[in-house]
Amino acid sequence: MDTAIRALSVNNISMNYANVSALKNVSFEVKRGELFGLIGPDGAGKTSLFRILTTLLLADSGTAMVDDLDVVTDYRAIRCRIGYMPGRFSLYQDLTVEENLAFFATVFNTSIKENYYLIEDIYKQIEPFKKRKAGQLSGGMKQKLALSCALIHKPSVLFLDEPTTGVDPVSRREFWGMLKKLKRQGITILVSTPYMDEATLCDRIALIQQGEILTIDTPDRITANFPRKLYAVESDNNYRTLMQLRENPAVLSVYSFGESLHVTLNEQLITENGHDFQLKEIEPSIEDCFIELLRK
Amino acid sequence: MNLISKEFVHIFRDSRTMMILLVMPAIQIILFGFAITTEVKNVPMVVFNPSGDDSVQPVIEQLQASGYFTLVGELDNRDEIQRVFQEGEAHMAVIFDRDAIQLIIDASDPNQAMVFGSYVSNIINRFQVSGFEIRALYNPQMKSSYNFVPGVMGLIITLICAMMTSISIVREKEKGTMEVLLASPIRPVHIIAAKMTPYFVLSIINLATILSLSIFVLGVPVTGNFAALVSVSLLFTLTTLSLGLLISSIASTQPAALLISGMGLMMPTMLLSGMIFPIESMPCILQCVSVFFPARWYVETVRKLMIQGVEIEFAAKEIVILTGMTVFLLAVSLKKFSIRIKK
Amino acid sequence: MVIRTDRLTKQFGNFRAVDEISFEVDRGEIFGFLGANGAGKTTAMRMLCGLSKPTSGIGMVAGYDIERQSEQVKRHIGYMSQKFSLYDDLRVWENIRLFAGIYGMKSAEIAQKTDEILSTLGFSAEKNTMVKELPLGWKQKLSFSVSIFHEPRIVFLDEPTGGVDPVTRRQFWELIYQAADRGITIFVTTHYMDEAEYCSRVSIMVDGKIEALDTPRRLKSTFSATSMDNVFIRLAGKAKRAGDN
Repeated sequence: MDTAIRALSVNNISMNYANVSALKNVSFEVKRGELFGLIGPDGAGKTSLFRILTTLLLADSGTAMVDDLDVVTDYRAIRCRIGYMPGRFSLYQDLTVEENLAFFATVFNTSIKENYYLIEDIYKQIEPFKKRKAGQLSGGMKQKLALSCALIHKPSVLFLDEPTTGVDPVSRREFWGMLKKLKRQGITILVSTPYMDEATLCDRIALIQQGEILTIDTPDRITANFPRKLYAVESDNNYRTLMQLRENPAVLSVYSFGESLHVTLNEQLITENGHDFQLKEIEPSIEDCFIELLRK
Repeated sequence: MNLISKEFVHIFRDSRTMMILLVMPAIQIILFGFAITTEVKNVPMVVFNPSGDDSVQPVIEQLQASGYFTLVGELDNRDEIQRVFQEGEAHMAVIFDRDAIQLIIDASDPNQAMVFGSYVSNIINRFQVSGFEIRALYNPQMKSSYNFVPGVMGLIITLICAMMTSISIVREKEKGTMEVLLASPIRPVHIIAAKMTPYFVLSIINLATILSLSIFVLGVPVTGNFAALVSVSLLFTLTTLSLGLLISSIASTQPAALLISGMGLMMPTMLLSGMIFPIESMPCILQCVSVFFPARWYVETVRKLMIQGVEIEFAAKEIVILTGMTVFLLAVSLKKFSIRIKK
Repeated sequence: MVIRTDRLTKQFGNFRAVDEISFEVDRGEIFGFLGANGAGKTTAMRMLCGLSKPTSGIGMVAGYDIERQSEQVKRHIGYMSQKFSLYDDLRVWENIRLFAGIYGMKSAEIAQKTDEILSTLGFSAEKNTMVKELPLGWKQKLSFSVSIFHEPRIVFLDEPTGGVDPVTRRQFWELIYQAADRGITIFVTTHYMDEAEYCSRVSIMVDGKIEALDTPRRLKSTFSATSMDNVFIRLAGKAKRAGDN
């Protein structure tokens, strides 16, 4: 990727904690203005990767660049131009909404006024509570305040580590709406989440598990690359049906997906032997792809 | 809102802790000054005079007149002593034998017993050998508060600077806010300086409280150089601030910081600084250990400057040691305060 | 009927956290109890577990009155949450023994059942492992097994599968299906809608009231939505009350 359009590059990053390896030779690049999602369960290495990119942690090997600055040698310059929202709520609970924002503005040598246009949409929603202590806000409001604080200095790259964990669907949807708007302002966003259904809201995603990237692509292309036809089976007792399908030699994989079961088949065997269940062909989701990749 | 005002806000918002920090020194001074005292007052005493000789009356009167002892009864029988001691009626018995005065003391509290003994022998000696006198220099009334004031000063400064600073830094680590601060352009040294400032100010307020209480309420005179006393106290404040910083780089949770500073600093400060037990009478090994605690040197300096009233030159050794410790601790803790997260 | 509530209410001052909720849950059902932050689902669940007394209304859990027989209620339910479930610094068998002991099981019974459960889970080799050394997914499966170890009539699960990988998550749900198949009722509180899709019936709480209660399939068709997420947003979007956690 050309340096002019590259916001972020990770090259062969590895990281070990005691005897557990958190990241194994991770490499990827993020374009300027892209909304890039790192999708994987807890313990996949997402937070370690975020900390390495935000210059907080040193990798055991490999290099990483943010805005063409090296995360080890140019950490000081990087810290001036990134915004970071760690996984858990990291604002001062005993300071008010307004004080938190003012404090982070000072930390980044700016004022609330200077880049107010950037956070206006978000901050306006919590402004009625600006005299309230941050610790007394609801989950969704805390998240909005944290985002405002991370944006106050108009960062060129925004790192959001699991921003939607523990937040209800309404606030989650609002949050992704805010990210879309920020993207239009030209801010590069790296976001991590354990929720597969959020993957489709990103421009490109990396599926990550146990420190390894399983695949990187746009959500559409990842689902298009699902290797077989995927069927949904519905029944009155999913558990019993699941057990039956698992016994069937023609069934390659069967997983429960909410109210239905998702099944892939050995098409040849099925046509030869026939079957007695209701099959409905469906489009695979990112979660189906993730499972398929884990099966390998 | 800047870094330093943010730290002040944290302290003001936690009004309960702030009250404790401001009121505690006063309470400690008053407790140590009045309640917890090794002075002897109104100790119940019995006498046993088998000869019935009236010539001992002046001695008994003198013992009572001292105010240290109160006569609660006369015994008819030597064996009764056990009983009155066990029942707690008296802690001391004076037996006037024909050729000697015998003193029997309830030594369940050995320190107290020693004090009774020396008081009584003082009084009786005055009687028998005129012209012989013991004088207590610097603290003529042997008030124990003279000894406690420097100790309390050391204790309070350690508590506020070391314990509170370390807890306040570790809290940011625990809550994850340190992560955000580190990922920002702020230099770690600014974070540290901002953390230390309010506790430095609090210590100064407390020093003023302690000094004025001891001077005006306890009547401990500052005989020496007041400016020198204040400067040494500020120096010690810096020493403990850097200790707090060091603790914060070792501890990763608030309880850990509390334990390290409580058990690792406060206890030794109380026990090894000479505040309660004189260093000279400690076993050699403890004396050697006490050398490493800044509080020992501070308390010694304060005792010299405040109670003995010597000029600052006589405390030169202690001041040099304290300065050395401060520079060393500050250097180590600044170096240890990471610009990154440890993995 | 394992749970039955009739106009169950909890009032804090002049704030009605739970406002006259009435519903029933059958034996062996997997019941999803949904609501946004602050909708009152935690308060309601605390009442059902016998941890908090209702202000008014009736609640029966496992055949006991939650107001007057809260001790019996506690003895006949299981509980698991993602936040707290097992002690990290105890070994696998120590955790099992501890929790089984709390429910008054006998040592011999515990020992025998421990081996049984560990072998069903495929964890036999991990009997002496410290819980903190287990991968997250294993911990969750183990803690679910511990929560139903004393064969409660109902188990309360608080956001049980947040953050685990898709495959482990399905293994976890299979454990839940298995337990339900045996007749244990499962009561899941969550605000992750994909978790809700696994439930046989779900209720959605908004501002202290149950606004909808049905199977996920019927709820989706009623609200002409493609996913439970959309159903939820349609309902919870109307909430007036701001979240309080």
